[in-house]
Amino acid sequence: MTTVGKPEVNEKKRVDLDVPMETSTGMGLDTVAMEAVDLNAFYGKFRAVRDVNLSFRDKQITALIGPSGCGKSTLLRTLNRMNDLVPGARAEGEVRFHGQNIFDASVDPVELRRRVGMVFQKPNPFPKTIYQNVAWGARINGIKKDLDDLVEHSLRQAALWDEVKDKVDESGYSLSGGQQQRLCIARAIAVKPEIILMDEPTSALDPVATLRIEELIQELKVNYTIIIVTHNMQQAARASDYTVFLNMDPDRAGYVVEAGTTGALFTNPAKQETEDYITGRFG
Amino acid sequence: MAGSLRKRRRPGEAVIRGLLFIAAALSILTTVGIVLELGNEALLFFRTEEASLAEFLSSTHWQPAILDFGIWPLILATLTTSVVAMVVALPVGLATAIYLSEYATPRVRGTIKPVLEVLAGIPTVVYGYFALTFMTPLLRSILGVSLVEIFNTASAGIVVGILIIPLVSSMSEDALHAVPMSLREAAYGVGATKLEASLRVVLPAALSGITAAFVVSISRAIGETMVVAIAAGAGPKNFTFGEDNLFGYILNPFVAGETMTGHIVRISGGDLSYNSIDYNSIFAIGLALFVITLTLNVVSRRFVARFREVYE
Repeated sequence: MTTVGKPEVNEKKRVDLDVPMETSTGMGLDTVAMEAVDLNAFYGKFRAVRDVNLSFRDKQITALIGPSGCGKSTLLRTLNRMNDLVPGARAEGEVRFHGQNIFDASVDPVELRRRVGMVFQKPNPFPKTIYQNVAWGARINGIKKDLDDLVEHSLRQAALWDEVKDKVDESGYSLSGGQQQRLCIARAIAVKPEIILMDEPTSALDPVATLRIEELIQELKVNYTIIIVTHNMQQAARASDYTVFLNMDPDRAGYVVEAGTTGALFTNPAKQETEDYITGRFG
Repeated sequence: MAGSLRKRRRPGEAVIRGLLFIAAALSILTTVGIVLELGNEALLFFRTEEASLAEFLSSTHWQPAILDFGIWPLILATLTTSVVAMVVALPVGLATAIYLSEYATPRVRGTIKPVLEVLAGIPTVVYGYFALTFMTPLLRSILGVSLVEIFNTASAGIVVGILIIPLVSSMSEDALHAVPMSLREAAYGVGATKLEASLRVVLPAALSGITAAFVVSISRAIGETMVVAIAAGAGPKNFTFGEDNLFGYILNPFVAGETMTGHIVRISGGDLSYNSIDYNSIFAIGLALFVITLTLNVVSRRFVARFREVYE
């Protein structure tokens, strides 16, 4: 069914954080989970993302930061073709995942999204029970056995199990906002993706719930590659290994200004534009 | 200069408010009036010596000429046309709604919706003759003239179903469309196909609206008059349990039958004298119709409250 080949991934392989992330060159495939090459994204005639070349490291957290409207979310939603659902949206260039361009006609976007999961800005649990929420993805993917274990495991990984273990048959909406977002993370994990895309996952949450999610993201990177869009620079600085700074040009097309380890980008930015942004001079 | 805080009179506000209230009250008063009138006339009927509530609810013969007033032949004919109508309208209407809401491009939706609305605007008398002169011959040519009578409840029911497809699809589509995009994205985000997202997330979330659409449509099918008056038959299908075959005759949609509404319109169109028992009997039928649709509404409300998925 799937057309995406799956090479062996070395689970234990870790990338040294001090290695600067280059753009699309110089890295072996085995350390790169996903790669954008000359990627452009459009809504109709409007170009929202321009000439992006980026590598996303395997089992690392990459943050996308930048001012409002700079195309961070569009870029993120292009990586699992979620933007296919937006009328008029299209992409040019390549996004390589396991050596295959995800825009190839032979790639099944449904299978791609199963393997490149997503957590959204506003918690969006299904109007179903907590259990059904987590099991939903597994069920539609044909998994029927050991659903109880899968649900428990996913909820544990999302650091939600202890809070909901006695009420998994209650509606997902009975939870607080932060719990709902962790439920959505559990739902995403349950289909065993390789990459989890997070689109400002804490923007609708209070500071305590936000910290909780940030801690969770740190725990998740042992098993998953995480790409997170955030408008909050402190969050990027606290919670990510790599940071990509995007800005928009006069035509309002977003482009990558600078990418590198989070430490380097925040303490010693190479570009004046980046420094202006992270020191709060604009944006 | 500091403005005065003294209360200003705004007569326009009060007038508008009064007018709006009257408009709202009017529909309620009309309903109350109808119910009172129905109840009043029906009471006159049940008080006569010739008729009784017990007979009305138990007898399987409606023969006013010999003072048999059993509602069942009329109810079963109404049931038959309505069931046939719903078998046609619910699947087609719901499929149309899912297509329009989940699959159609804006352009296609912009074309199909107006066409459906045109369908809803055709006078029902036209549908009546469509049933009699098109649907009935069609059924007879497919199933055989020996099986399908010239006047039959199936033909009327199918056409009533076609008549209410726009109602089902339009209301269901509204309910589906109101489900937030974020729920669809959540489904796609874990690798759902369009069909899985539509049937297993969007549809359950829209259940209350869809149930409302179904109930309104069923009520419409039960209350539809012109089509059944023209095509279903002109005479109550009296029967006797034990003598008449249940599926061969009593519930057979291919034989003629007169529905509650069909009977009312036929009787009241004739030389019916005011305050005769025949005259009063049609109010009893009307009251029964009202009770049936009211019951449907109450039951569906309970159903919705029990099963609906509340989303934010």
